[in-house]
Amino acid sequence: MDLSAINPIILIAALISAATPILLAATGELVAERAGVLNLGVEGMMITGAVSGFIISVNTGSPAIGFAMAAVGGATLSLLFAFLTQVALANQVASGLALTLFGLGISSLMGQNYVGIKPPRMPDVDFGPLSDIPVLGQILFSHDPIVYVGLFIVAGVWTTLKFTRAGLILRAVGENHDAAHALGYKVKRIRTLAIMFGGACAGMGGAYISLIRVPQWTEGMTAGVGWIALALVVFASWKPWRVLLGAYLFGGITQLQLNLQGAGIAIPVEYLAMSPYIVTIVVLVILSADKSRAPGSLGRIFHASQ
Amino acid sequence: MPLDGANTYGEVHMKFTKLMTGAALALGLATAAVAEDKTKVGFVFVGPVGDGGWTYEHNKGRLAVEESFGDKVETVFVESVAEGPDSERVMTEMALNGADLIFTTSFGYMDPTINVAAKFPNVKFEHATGYKQADNVSVYSARFYEGRAIQGHIAGKMTKSNIIGYIASFPIPEVIRGINSAYIHAKKVNPDVEFKIIWAYTWFDPAKEADAAKVLIEQGADVVLQHTDSTAPQAAAQDAGNVITFGQASDMGQYGPLPRVSSIIDDWAPYYIARTQAVMDGTWTSTSTWDGIGAGMVGIGEISDAVPADVKAEALALKASLADGSYHAFTGPLNKADGSAWLAAGETANDGDLAGMGFYVEGITAEIPK
Repeated sequence: MDLSAINPIILIAALISAATPILLAATGELVAERAGVLNLGVEGMMITGAVSGFIISVNTGSPAIGFAMAAVGGATLSLLFAFLTQVALANQVASGLALTLFGLGISSLMGQNYVGIKPPRMPDVDFGPLSDIPVLGQILFSHDPIVYVGLFIVAGVWTTLKFTRAGLILRAVGENHDAAHALGYKVKRIRTLAIMFGGACAGMGGAYISLIRVPQWTEGMTAGVGWIALALVVFASWKPWRVLLGAYLFGGITQLQLNLQGAGIAIPVEYLAMSPYIVTIVVLVILSADKSRAPGSLGRIFHASQ
Repeated sequence: MPLDGANTYGEVHMKFTKLMTGAALALGLATAAVAEDKTKVGFVFVGPVGDGGWTYEHNKGRLAVEESFGDKVETVFVESVAEGPDSERVMTEMALNGADLIFTTSFGYMDPTINVAAKFPNVKFEHATGYKQADNVSVYSARFYEGRAIQGHIAGKMTKSNIIGYIASFPIPEVIRGINSAYIHAKKVNPDVEFKIIWAYTWFDPAKEADAAKVLIEQGADVVLQHTDSTAPQAAAQDAGNVITFGQASDMGQYGPLPRVSSIIDDWAPYYIARTQAVMDGTWTSTSTWDGIGAGMVGIGEISDAVPADVKAEALALKASLADGSYHAFTGPLNKADGSAWLAAGETANDGDLAGMGFYVEGITAEIPK
């Protein structure tokens, strides 16, 4: 065993980057669920974002445009879900599962000519002297822009939900859509916007995997991250900062267990491999001992006549 | 009992009619008409056909079957099938739909294959990399460890940090054999070499494979070997620079000449064609096939110019000796990691020991997960 091989600074910096896809996807899903929509299509929207961002980046040479188009791609796919559930009043669970299957299929079709290509690299944000601060500089100020965009989105979602009128309306729609409708709010329009926001975030999360974390396009490369993001929203009791905590815990312990394995520590590997899931669940379940609960109208279909 | 495609289907169909209602029967008859003159071959894949590695090569084998037999054969495949109960459902469906021969191409399909095969005695099954045979279940695998020996040799010669990273998937004999073979041959040319092994517990998860590669590189590895299926570790190594890798299961040539300096290529096509032919001729019997470099089932991808000429020549000589059988990758004296003796000087490992290998050889300090 050689723990000196593990550099804690690199470890923390790596966990922040590793957690970003889950963080983005979970935050987007949180907004949709707070509006009362259960979208199980996160995985499908992520992989669609991953492939659209990859294709656009390779063709334009700009990762930034790639990320923007990944968000557009994810949001476009989510419109399909919005149409099914908000206009055609289809079951949300079935529609979400269908969206995942569809996303996986269409992404492998779109990405056929992009296997084995190297995407343009997104440079890290230049913080000037800040990144030279010992320890903190490398942990906080040495990342690509999307890491900061992710944090900004979490902060923005929290502020909006908690302090603004728009956030109040969104929560009202999610808690009791009949009451919100009676007050004159456009339930379907608000939900469609929330779904699109969720799609855009998931798309960016997917593109983070294909453009920065791996970076390459491979069919099915999100490999279940979308499902982890979905679970995270529930365990985080639909609260943005807990989503952040959960994502960092999950990403952090995943990184830590890989590092411990590499260092040859004497903990059996099977315990290490399951630890990210267990620790994240335990911590978030303990936190949710307060009276937080799911939005009242989550997963229910709204029609003005009922 | 006649074994040609139509009759095999008929047998299945008999069972089918007992089980199914009239509507399903009509459907079954419709497929029977199609199956009459075609041999139907099914493939169950663990990853997507575009993974660029393991499943990609199996799918190439499937396409070779189609090309070789043309109209006489119909192939079907299902990709990204989870190991376990899900795979049993997929196999059952293939058998019910009239498949005559089903290839199940991952270790974790072993028990599901045996279970489904017991229910369809007239359908032939071929399970890759496992060890459980039945009257209608053959097993086949390739001696990947011969390729690992060559990788170990090149890795041992080329590492400067003397740390070789290894991304392993699941602790099964096939993976452990690969680690041992690579280690033995790296150690032989470089006594200071050390292996760092990370178990990813997945065959295919590009993000996790990339993370594992990055961690190994951060911890000083300048050679990364992988036993997972995607090209993600190649991309991570390319990003880091000054790290060499080897293509796994497929050439992964798009990452050459650096980081990918060579590769192990699985070539399933000749085997798949031969087995399909056997089903057509009615000569299929349950067999156990384990071929290596010599028979062409394991190919060694071109060794790139990043490898010094003398190392390349040694590697090719090693390949030739493995191919003609004059050298065995597991030749004594070798001890197990716990210090007990395994092979005496000059003794070579028998296939039984290799097939069930559950120990590291002496010198690897890690523990194998249970």
